[in-house]
Amino acid sequence: MLKRVHFPTSPLPYFLVAPQVIITLIFFIWPATQAVYQSFLIEDAFGMSTEFVWFENFVYLATDEIYLDSFGRTIFFSICVAFLSMSLALILAGFADRVIKGTTTYRTLLIWPYAVAPVLAGALWVFMFNPTLGIFPYILEFLGVDWNHYLNGSQAMSLVIIAAAWKQIAYNFLFYLAAMQSIPRSLIDAAAIDGAGPIRRFFDHIFPMISPTTFFLLVINAVYAFFDTFGIIHAITQGGPANATSILVYKVYNDGFVGLDLGGSAAQSVILMFLVVAMTIVQFRYIERRVEY
Amino acid sequence: MKAPKTLFSAAVALAMTAGAVVAKTEVHWWHAMGGTNGERVDKIAADFNASQSEYEIVPTYKGNYTETMTAAIAAFRAGEQPHLVQVFEVGTATMMAAKGAVYPVEQMMADSGEPFDGSAYLPAVVSYYQTPEGQLLSMPFNSSTPVLWYNADALKAAGASVPTTWDEVETAAKALVANGMDCGYSFGWQSWVMIENFSAWHDIEIGTKENGFTGFDTEFTFNNDHVANRLQAIADSQKDKLFKYGGRRGDSLPMFTNGECGMWMNSSAYYGSIVKQAQFEFGQTMLPLDTGVASAPQNSIIGGATLWALQGHEADEYKGLSKFLTYLSSSDVQAWWHQETGYVPITSAAGDVSEGQGFYKENPGTDTATKQLSLNKPTPNSRGLRFGNFVQIRDVINEEMEAIWAGNKTAQAALDAAVERGNKLLRKFERSAK
Repeated sequence: MLKRVHFPTSPLPYFLVAPQVIITLIFFIWPATQAVYQSFLIEDAFGMSTEFVWFENFVYLATDEIYLDSFGRTIFFSICVAFLSMSLALILAGFADRVIKGTTTYRTLLIWPYAVAPVLAGALWVFMFNPTLGIFPYILEFLGVDWNHYLNGSQAMSLVIIAAAWKQIAYNFLFYLAAMQSIPRSLIDAAAIDGAGPIRRFFDHIFPMISPTTFFLLVINAVYAFFDTFGIIHAITQGGPANATSILVYKVYNDGFVGLDLGGSAAQSVILMFLVVAMTIVQFRYIERRVEY
Repeated sequence: MKAPKTLFSAAVALAMTAGAVVAKTEVHWWHAMGGTNGERVDKIAADFNASQSEYEIVPTYKGNYTETMTAAIAAFRAGEQPHLVQVFEVGTATMMAAKGAVYPVEQMMADSGEPFDGSAYLPAVVSYYQTPEGQLLSMPFNSSTPVLWYNADALKAAGASVPTTWDEVETAAKALVANGMDCGYSFGWQSWVMIENFSAWHDIEIGTKENGFTGFDTEFTFNNDHVANRLQAIADSQKDKLFKYGGRRGDSLPMFTNGECGMWMNSSAYYGSIVKQAQFEFGQTMLPLDTGVASAPQNSIIGGATLWALQGHEADEYKGLSKFLTYLSSSDVQAWWHQETGYVPITSAAGDVSEGQGFYKENPGTDTATKQLSLNKPTPNSRGLRFGNFVQIRDVINEEMEAIWAGNKTAQAALDAAVERGNKLLRKFERSAK
């Protein structure tokens, strides 16, 4: 006899997912379509005259040297931020995992920066590195470094990279620590009995075992560096000097809200949107295969 | 059961009618004046509200200049715009291009039957905001102009006199450095001071079409020999420490106030900060003249912000707004605002009031800005400039000028590049403003 299970159709599940769907539609899908539409327009700020220009805004961007520079800069910035914050978090988690006394204190202190708002984090670094008042330029002067990130583009870039990475270390630390603690103790103990020292154990056992976490964090950190660093850059350098720290997301803001070039700004955000989609697909399709779960 | 309900609604209806009778017509004013200046704005509004019973001005602080302008534009697109908004001078072209969005103040006052006498205002102040036909588009509110600040103690110690020409600036700077100073002079807001004002002061054009006043199809011409030679001379004098670059906007102010540089060219509105920070006798004088370019100075141009009326409100509200603008430009209010803030008074009468009160005697030099602005009747080259996308263009100019100071480019090459990049942005604006 064929067994058939019939579930009565009920509106309840639809009802339950409705809030999520509605929020996604209102705050995500609708603005995204608006951005795509806007990117085909050349319009004055007040919306008094509008001209439909198809892909002209995109063509302009493709030939705009400053935009192309910003592209390269963003990739450099993201790689630096992701590498710096993930590697430091990994080291810290490695140590925190081995701490026996005062574990909670260490962990709390290390997680703390995550609770700081990006703009506040930025303000903090602005004070510490202010060329005339800050403590770091004062110390650097003894080392013969003339620190002035208002004029020196590479110094400004290093500063925003450090600030952005610092902010994200706490988050990465949390995930790495949890991952390390879920590794069965017996594996590590067995390795120790076989004569592997702490460093050998870390590279041969712990690091491969936490590779899914590393992969996950890579995605998260890339997205963070691309989008969430706006507040930090706005507070520290405002994209300057001479666009040295103007990454893509900052340029979208600057062209749209300061320059009031809405079409060009929308075109940039559309490109950014496709970039993230592409990045995520690549990461999941190609990199994830090499990760052992 | 029913009676109390009816009674209640009657009471509500009564209360509402009473409210409507008492309520004044509200006029909303979005501004960008934070801190102490914000309190002064509130005081002006409160005094106006107390002076009559029909209208109420409601001032709201909306963040810095850019944020205020963006907020007003977003509000306009949503149909929620204020009656009056404060916009900085570089936003002028954007506001002007939005023909259906702004209500030219002179026209608004005429429509509201409010008397308006254009000749009472300082020509150099209002000409920046007039149509080529002379109609005032927005009401100047806080205006300043660059002057030459000098450290009187240091000049005296070095045996130098207060310079009036660029040659004398160099001589004085040499004397200051020889006397042990770190640098002779510096300046801030370099596009405004060294390109826009340098050109106006010597009556040379910044761009075609009367500096953009008569058409959006304007092109920059500030890569001429006069500007290039001056900037090159300044860049060359860096090796003798005569000039030292100290960053954009007012970032170089500490270099002047802590005695590092003996002279500083920047806005007259730094008066308050300099009084507070400088531990030495200081003074302000007119910008130096480049005798190789002109035999006499023309007039300088202003910076700062104006008040724009936005379309889409009731005639009665515009009437209240017109009355407020009349109040705002009255001599007493202007004289008070000028003396408190260091901004230029917008009418000559307000200057006379300050003079009569002995303000200039007690604070010598504080009338330099006014004198400099009203030195001559503004020419098409010196009444101001009207270029779209000018916020970004100023950034471009800043970048290229920094390349000169860093020695990466000659002045001519940098200015050529700035003109080329600037023209691209102008063309983009022309497209959007059609």
